Amino acid sequence: MSLVLSETASFLQDQTQRFAREKTPTSHFRSVRDSENPECFDREIWKQMAEQGLSGILIPEEYGGSNFGLSGIGVVLQELGRTLTPSPLFATAVLGASLISKLGTDEQKKKYLPEIANGNLTCCFAFEEGPRHNPKVSEVTAEKKGEKFLINGKKCFVVDGGFADLIIIAAKSSKGTSLFLAQKDSKGIKVKEAKMVDSRNSANILFTDLEINSENVLGEIDNAQDTIEEVLDIARAAISAEMLGGALEAFEITVNYLKEREQFGVKIGSFQALQHRAANMFTELELCKSCVLESLSCFEEKSNDVPRIVSLAKAKVGETFHLISNEGVQMHGGVGVTDEYDIGLYLKRARVAEQIFGNSEFHRNRYAELTGY
Amino acid sequence: MTDLALFREETRDWLETNCPPEMKKPMTPHGMTWGGRNCKFSHPDQELWLKRLGEKGWTAPTWPKEYGGGGLNYDENKVLAEEMANLGTRMPLASFGLWMLGPALLEYASEEQKMEHIPKIIKGEVRWCQGYSEPGSGSDLASLKTKAVEDGENYIVNGQKVWTSYANECDMIFTLVRTGAQEPKHEGISFLLIDMDQPGVETKPIKLISGASPFCETFFTDAVVPKKNLVHKLNKGWDVAKNLLQHERKMLASMGLGGSKAAGKGKTGSGLATLSKKYVEVKKDKIVDEGLRQKIAKCDMNSHAFSLTLKRVSEEAKNSNNGPSAATSIFKLYGSEHNKQKYEIMLEAMGSQALGWDGGEFGPEELAITREWLRTKANSIEGGTSEVQLNVISKRVLDLPQ
Repeated sequence: MSLVLSETASFLQDQTQRFAREKTPTSHFRSVRDSENPECFDREIWKQMAEQGLSGILIPEEYGGSNFGLSGIGVVLQELGRTLTPSPLFATAVLGASLISKLGTDEQKKKYLPEIANGNLTCCFAFEEGPRHNPKVSEVTAEKKGEKFLINGKKCFVVDGGFADLIIIAAKSSKGTSLFLAQKDSKGIKVKEAKMVDSRNSANILFTDLEINSENVLGEIDNAQDTIEEVLDIARAAISAEMLGGALEAFEITVNYLKEREQFGVKIGSFQALQHRAANMFTELELCKSCVLESLSCFEEKSNDVPRIVSLAKAKVGETFHLISNEGVQMHGGVGVTDEYDIGLYLKRARVAEQIFGNSEFHRNRYAELTGY
Repeated sequence: MTDLALFREETRDWLETNCPPEMKKPMTPHGMTWGGRNCKFSHPDQELWLKRLGEKGWTAPTWPKEYGGGGLNYDENKVLAEEMANLGTRMPLASFGLWMLGPALLEYASEEQKMEHIPKIIKGEVRWCQGYSEPGSGSDLASLKTKAVEDGENYIVNGQKVWTSYANECDMIFTLVRTGAQEPKHEGISFLLIDMDQPGVETKPIKLISGASPFCETFFTDAVVPKKNLVHKLNKGWDVAKNLLQHERKMLASMGLGGSKAAGKGKTGSGLATLSKKYVEVKKDKIVDEGLRQKIAKCDMNSHAFSLTLKRVSEEAKNSNNGPSAATSIFKLYGSEHNKQKYEIMLEAMGSQALGWDGGEFGPEELAITREWLRTKANSIEGGTSEVQLNVISKRVLDLPQ
């Protein structure tokens, strides 16, 4: 297994780093947030990201993507995570693209994947049913009625659910779990914006007798659970990469502050009480880098240990981003709790990202189970 | 077939033919070979294995052939390590000469010194110990006071070293001694090789809380050291000391490769969990105490993440060709703190059964864990305390103000 970036990944990283610095520094996030734009992202920026090919990284070339793989989109998310860039990349280009690529019929792939790749179609994955991650669907049901299915129930905290054109719904069917595709404006769908602390888009979605035709079933009926688990792992690795970017940036902002701020006539970074905490955070970050690289590359290398490695990455990065965001605010002192300084923005994003598809405790539990205790 | 694939085949054949049967069995508590003039082997196969590998230079696979090393490049060395791991062969020789002194000599010693000392290190003929710390110079190592004074063709050395690992079993000691002024403290230090087989050198084991005595005090009373044993320039010993430290970390990085392989292979289980299950309630293979279970998982994940990091840094070093990155300074810190935590969790799981000192009410494995737990407390003190490591990271890596 390689823990060093490939040439393609390095190229994507450099390209995205430049893009994020020029087009979407944290001031961009602030302007989107303060514009009261309910979509919580900037369509013009998203168009530019699609033009650079970012939305098609996980899509096969025959459907207009580049198929650069998870390592590719991982480094992109990491760089965008550094500047807290809000975009549909995670829900659309990771979750949507993966589910449709893996399970879609030829027709579905032709219909949706090129539109995702060119940035015209946004997706969300309506999966969670409660405030804490649970990989088993039980509340939302799909009932067969003639050739159609009727969907009922409520999904929670759907990332980008407030604006996504295409909703991919996981529902309990008679003998298992199934996936369905629905347009956001279909009859029987009620989207309620869940305004989150990190100012990203999230929604609770209510389904009341939503009718789904057979051509909008994604994959085999009753048989989606394995692919869902697989795609959840892809998404966990991807969000871990974003979190690593956020953690790295929050750490660097904090260390820079320690080098600037003076008290008692000296830089506060000269105090050992702060130095040692910073050095410990640096050490944890070094471990996180390795876990994230490994989790991104283990899919391509078809490791039989993917779930364990992904849980390792999500748990480790979750703990570390948690630590750094807390310590970052504390080390900034009073200005750390003001909206003017960026460090608090990372604290907010850290907590929301931690919850996405399982927090550290969830993944420690999963790691233990997979290791046999 | 590529050259490397060919090398792999030849290596596998050679190892299969030459590794004696006993050396394919797991290491026993007294089965480690440390070499030296007074070396005792607990099994004749140990001696044979050391001799065969030593002659091939494969106790030091990457060292130059002209001094008896294996002359292998990075990839060949990796192949050798992998093939030895696959065959389950034991490490032929544990040696501070291999891990610390040799690499520094290759960089700083004169041609004559290399020819004299390096082949003996490779073959395990001379056992070395490290004479750095002194009673008044621990974390502040550069304040050391052991003095070497010129006397014709010799230096006369007086002073005391402490925490000298295995000094009572070693043949030679590499030391830092003061040959110049006390201030500036880094600039009056020289790197001196001292033969311990002389009346001016005495060692006294120190009894530790674990009951063992791996460390000694070493006393120099008018010890005589020929001038040819000065490595590098007079008063420039601190350069050698710093370089040696780098190699210590590099060694640690390469030793971690074995661990990452185990951690990356599917359901390999967890040593910590397997041990704990003998002492705590288990239902359907699951440890019932959720608090303990989470702690074990956290610790296992840290081991996993740490070995991935050792592997990553070693890959980065290979690609950049300029040695270990700044990140290597985290290894000492993290490795020792992590090891301490691991033993604390074992104690927690085993309860009072882990707190025995002696006698038949405790199994040998249990007693060993108790002693090893006490031993781990030195991990974060020896070779630079955790606090010193944190200082190094703060100042040299993060560039925080003094």
